[in-house]
Amino acid sequence: MSAGRIEALVAGAEALYRDYELESVKRWKERTGGLAVGFMPIYVPRELLHSQGVLPVAIMGGGDDLEIIRGDAYYQSYICHIPRSTIELGLGGKLDCLDGMLFPAICDVIRNLSGMWKLEFPDKLSRYLDVPQDFMPELGGAFYKRELLELSEELTERGAKAYDPEALRGSIGLYNRLSELVRGLYRVRRDEPWRVPTAELYCLQRAASILPVEDGIAMLAEYRELIDSDETRQPMDQARVILAGSFCEQPPLGLIKTLERSGCYIVDDDFVQVHRWLTDEVSTEGDPIDALVDAFLTKTMASPTRYCGDDSKGTELVERTEAAAAEGVLFCAPSFCDPALLDQPMAVRSIEAAGIPWTAFKYAENNGQFQVIREQAGTFADSIKLWSGV
Amino acid sequence: MSTDTTARGGDVQKDDSQLRQKTMIAKHYSRLAQAPDTGEKSVYTFVPGNLTELIRNFDLLPVLPEINALQSAMRGKSKEYIAAAERLGHSEDVCTYVKCDVGMKHAGNVGPTGERLPDPDLLLLSYTGCFTFMKWFEILKQEYSCPVTMLHVPYQGEGEITDSMRTYVVDQLKQKIIPALEQASGKKFDIDKLREQLARSAKAEDDLVAVLESAKNRPSPIDAYFGGVYYIGPIFTAFRGTEEAVDYYRLLKAETLQRVSEGKGPVTPDGEMDRETYRLVVEGPPNWTNFRQFWRMFAEEGAVCVASSYTKVGGVYDKGFRHDPDRPLESLAEYCLGCYTNLNLPSRVDMLTDYVREYEADGLLINSIKSCNSFSAGQLMMMREVEERTGVPGGFIESDLVDPRYFSGANIKNRLESYFQMITQRREGQMIEQQREGATA
Repeated sequence: MSAGRIEALVAGAEALYRDYELESVKRWKERTGGLAVGFMPIYVPRELLHSQGVLPVAIMGGGDDLEIIRGDAYYQSYICHIPRSTIELGLGGKLDCLDGMLFPAICDVIRNLSGMWKLEFPDKLSRYLDVPQDFMPELGGAFYKRELLELSEELTERGAKAYDPEALRGSIGLYNRLSELVRGLYRVRRDEPWRVPTAELYCLQRAASILPVEDGIAMLAEYRELIDSDETRQPMDQARVILAGSFCEQPPLGLIKTLERSGCYIVDDDFVQVHRWLTDEVSTEGDPIDALVDAFLTKTMASPTRYCGDDSKGTELVERTEAAAAEGVLFCAPSFCDPALLDQPMAVRSIEAAGIPWTAFKYAENNGQFQVIREQAGTFADSIKLWSGV
Repeated sequence: MSTDTTARGGDVQKDDSQLRQKTMIAKHYSRLAQAPDTGEKSVYTFVPGNLTELIRNFDLLPVLPEINALQSAMRGKSKEYIAAAERLGHSEDVCTYVKCDVGMKHAGNVGPTGERLPDPDLLLLSYTGCFTFMKWFEILKQEYSCPVTMLHVPYQGEGEITDSMRTYVVDQLKQKIIPALEQASGKKFDIDKLREQLARSAKAEDDLVAVLESAKNRPSPIDAYFGGVYYIGPIFTAFRGTEEAVDYYRLLKAETLQRVSEGKGPVTPDGEMDRETYRLVVEGPPNWTNFRQFWRMFAEEGAVCVASSYTKVGGVYDKGFRHDPDRPLESLAEYCLGCYTNLNLPSRVDMLTDYVREYEADGLLINSIKSCNSFSAGQLMMMREVEERTGVPGGFIESDLVDPRYFSGANIKNRLESYFQMITQRREGQMIEQQREGATA
């Protein structure tokens, strides 16, 4: 009974995130009359948008579903794939139902895409969301607060509700609940990875990044109930690995399934980080904007997109590996991804010092052939099972 | 005009200012090499958003890793440095400046003059207009046991410098950067000295702008891209705010105006250019591994670069910005915020469009750099926008900063020749059209 329902739930989630026409967003707009605003990876303060009646919609490229025709005329071959599929979606009219796009500060490609959007879609909101790389409250914190207030004002100018601290506190509470559900599923997968296959978790997270938060909560809560009561899933002799580097352009679902079929239990990953970017609850006490700022400064995931000026660079991956009881690291970064690939040698240095096995490969979101990766990951998993602890 | 003989290039003509500049830079590298003996301290930092006046306010010596990388490429050393970095695990996909720098460090950190550069006493990360800078200094932090301080310069996403941005940068200068420089140098910050430095910066900037704008003449007395990289050398690196820079730019301006009065074209590696056939605006950095070969492809066709965006990466002065001794920290903040790669794409398109019009260019040529996303992402769209607004044709070539594997001379030459033919045909077409119209009238 629960197995069938899980299958249906995951299939629905997959269909939702693969719906590049954004039919669910159109229906929401018809129902509510609210604004819908897209956002690129990794993180935007969805709580703020929600509190002003705006639906935040994750735009994570075109995956392996979209034929790129015009997008390639906008980018050279040595630029990653996600901006070309995103511009393809925009030029093809698939994002017309969105009233704007937010481009968080994670790399120069996404940054420049914000300007391209301004030129291509001059009537839509198109905003580069600059997040601080200084984490002192009186410096980066003060700047980020001003950025959030400017964003709020711009949303209001575009027709969203005015900023309301009480509404924001309510929205923070909802997103706290959503994030806790996601973190809970990550904990279950870490402890019993056979219960939560990564391909399923991935589809659910992608869907939750598009759905209204209330619906995302309902979907994840139902999934949690179902897997808690499902005794049909049994452990297999697989290697426990962490997947690092896939925080922006997402791998095709087939690649995730391939890694799991090659003998790996993925016990931690970087997918769809918007739900987990804040590592703990945001306070619902006091000034809610201050609470969002404080969370950004103090409760955020270590990431290649975040400046690390102390001597802890690379140690976070070691800590994650240990916390997840992982036996190895798979560096799985998109081709030409500056943050991931520039970070990798530093991360490798740390995990090698800790004696953790690793391997690395690259992908593009529209890869269709996984045989080489399957062989590489399978060999890696075998080597862990055969040789670790020898 | 003097003649300077180089080991690699044979007889190469150089202006007096170029010789002066070469001497200045050589002396700086020599001073750096001697720093361990003299006790002078060094600060590694970047060209865009550099805080040279502030660094020198504390009698610290700036070291610019990008400049080391490009100098390594011009000396033919970058290939082995990049290979060394890739053997250390650095991806083939990422910035070759970074890999060249890492490889150079592992090969003994020998600078352009053949002398070893000192290890940094401080890493001053000016995170301006380029995400890779941040990763670069995280990497260097693991290579050196010295403190690092970081100035986060917000991006002009909305095409303007806001009060919030200015405040953020000024507050960082006050609360982080100046204390870090005081700590590294053991000296107190002297704001009066900074005001004097900034006044000298503004003087040099005035003269640099006069030089760059001289290219509005026909013929242009300068090449504002290939020659331009020499002109910006002192002000983009270690000399802004110094008396040496003021003298250099005074000399350069005088030379340039002299050339205008004599109706002369620019000096190229093969001497004075005697015919100006094409006037181009160029977007993107040059290739450094084959710099002279690249320049010759233009010079041989009579193509003069009358304006370029690359000469604005270390400061956009021709749009009016000057360092201001009356607003020292605020103007340093505005300088950082205003560097070319910190401008959003619409602003970059506006600037290139203005250049095409103001300098009466025949075309916009983009040299797209494989490993520089800050410049390259969006350039194809920029080209189409400028074409639409100005009516001049765009050209697009690809190379890399310092990786010789990505410089295909024959391919680039073919593309350039086709591009120049297109401009010629277009010009002839316009003349025929005008004649027809004249006949009809």
